[in-house]
Amino acid sequence: MLIKDGIRMDGRKPDELRPIKIEAGVLHRAQGSCYLEWGGNRVMAAVYGPREAIPRHIQHPLKAVINARYNMVPFSVSDRKRPGPDRRSVEISKVTSEALEHVVFTGLFPRTMIDVCIEVLGAEAGTRCAGLTAAAVALADAGIPMRDLPVACAAGKIDGTVVLDLAGDEDCEGEADMPIAIAPRTEEILLMQMDGHMTYQEFEEALELALKGCREVSKLQKEALLRKYETKNEVAP
Amino acid sequence: MSSHDERLSAVKKDYLVNLAKKGKRLDGRGPDEYRPITIEKHLIKNAEGSAKVTIGNTMVMAGVKLDVGEPYPDTPEEGAMTTSAELPPIASPTFETGPPREDAIELARVVDRGIRESKFIKLDQLCITPGEEVWIVFIDLHVLDYDGNLFDACSLAASAALQDAIIPGERLGKGENRPLPLGSPPISCTFAKYADFIVVDPRLEEDEVAEARHTIALDENGDLRAMQKGLTGSFTVEEIKNNIKRAQIHAKNIRKLLEE
Repeated sequence: MLIKDGIRMDGRKPDELRPIKIEAGVLHRAQGSCYLEWGGNRVMAAVYGPREAIPRHIQHPLKAVINARYNMVPFSVSDRKRPGPDRRSVEISKVTSEALEHVVFTGLFPRTMIDVCIEVLGAEAGTRCAGLTAAAVALADAGIPMRDLPVACAAGKIDGTVVLDLAGDEDCEGEADMPIAIAPRTEEILLMQMDGHMTYQEFEEALELALKGCREVSKLQKEALLRKYETKNEVAP
Repeated sequence: MSSHDERLSAVKKDYLVNLAKKGKRLDGRGPDEYRPITIEKHLIKNAEGSAKVTIGNTMVMAGVKLDVGEPYPDTPEEGAMTTSAELPPIASPTFETGPPREDAIELARVVDRGIRESKFIKLDQLCITPGEEVWIVFIDLHVLDYDGNLFDACSLAASAALQDAIIPGERLGKGENRPLPLGSPPISCTFAKYADFIVVDPRLEEDEVAEARHTIALDENGDLRAMQKGLTGSFTVEEIKNNIKRAQIHAKNIRKLLEE
């Protein structure tokens, strides 16, 4: 039983997000960075570049290559994960790179690559959304020109009810999960994955909920970026 | 390293050497001053223990996981521990993806030796069924921001994460959860030498120009439990002795941070 009288196991309503905290510019070496807490997820993202694309054969003569690397650290999950990329993280890295590439003005930096490191330090369902959301803030923090600030959120189905932002047990025992990422100004879909079982009607409902979630998270991203400059002004001599 | 980096490094080195002649460091610290240290424990829900440590801008996250496994044949009634370190590309523009290279392996092994030799983890209390089942303690060190002195940051993070750790008996069907049995933690102190100047807690630029590195792990009595001399340069016997005496003073102060 994951939902009872319209209330989920962690006390949330079906259309409610887990608590989210975003902080921009937390690392010293990286050009841009972001720390994000989303429910039990703990994600650090950082951006390096544009810099010379290596190996050379990945260079594109007309644009920058976006190279996002999603990595789960060994202690982020319940059973220790072996360090290094597995098939799942390779796939997530790929779809995240592609989603981010859509909003970056890559044409401004031919032959370069922009590295986006996403380290999942603690995982509790929805890490790819948390990772992409943090990566977007890190890109903005690095001053990479973008046409929009992408944001991600998932919706799914538990006990026959469509809900926003699946957590822990809901992800394992739920019936469907659908993470999406959008460019919030136009609400174009940059990433969409789904597994499980939903009717078309449920899908529509889930998409609407996920979009609502994205809009809320988008606000938090922008607040985090503004906050970084507010504090800077206070400590300036 | 490209020739461009080497030239840059030569310029940097000249600058640091000139400062060293006046007994000064890049950030105004004396040769025996650490940068501020912070320790935060209990950050990762799925880890049995976790800690984030910063020394200046250097940031390391350590996580502890436990699993049930077979004991080594020569210690059938003792648990086991393993330490791994990753230098992922998030932490520095010079770090690359892929399996750990020699830098990361040396780092992990030096941290491991300090913990193992000080008997910080009471491995004899981690036996489940003699000769068959024991607890294996995995310590994973994940560097997030590299601004020098990873040895001390990783060692401190590992100790703090172990202090935070529980034995997850319930998760693995091996009785109740209980705290990880621990003795007293090792404290690691690292020195870098360039131009006959030896500084504690090298920051990035000092790490980069360092000719020799000396890491010392001390127990609660100030006794030596592990040491590592690294890089191509050398220390005199006097310098080594002096480093240890300096480390004993630093270790006392750093130990207090772990006890808080």
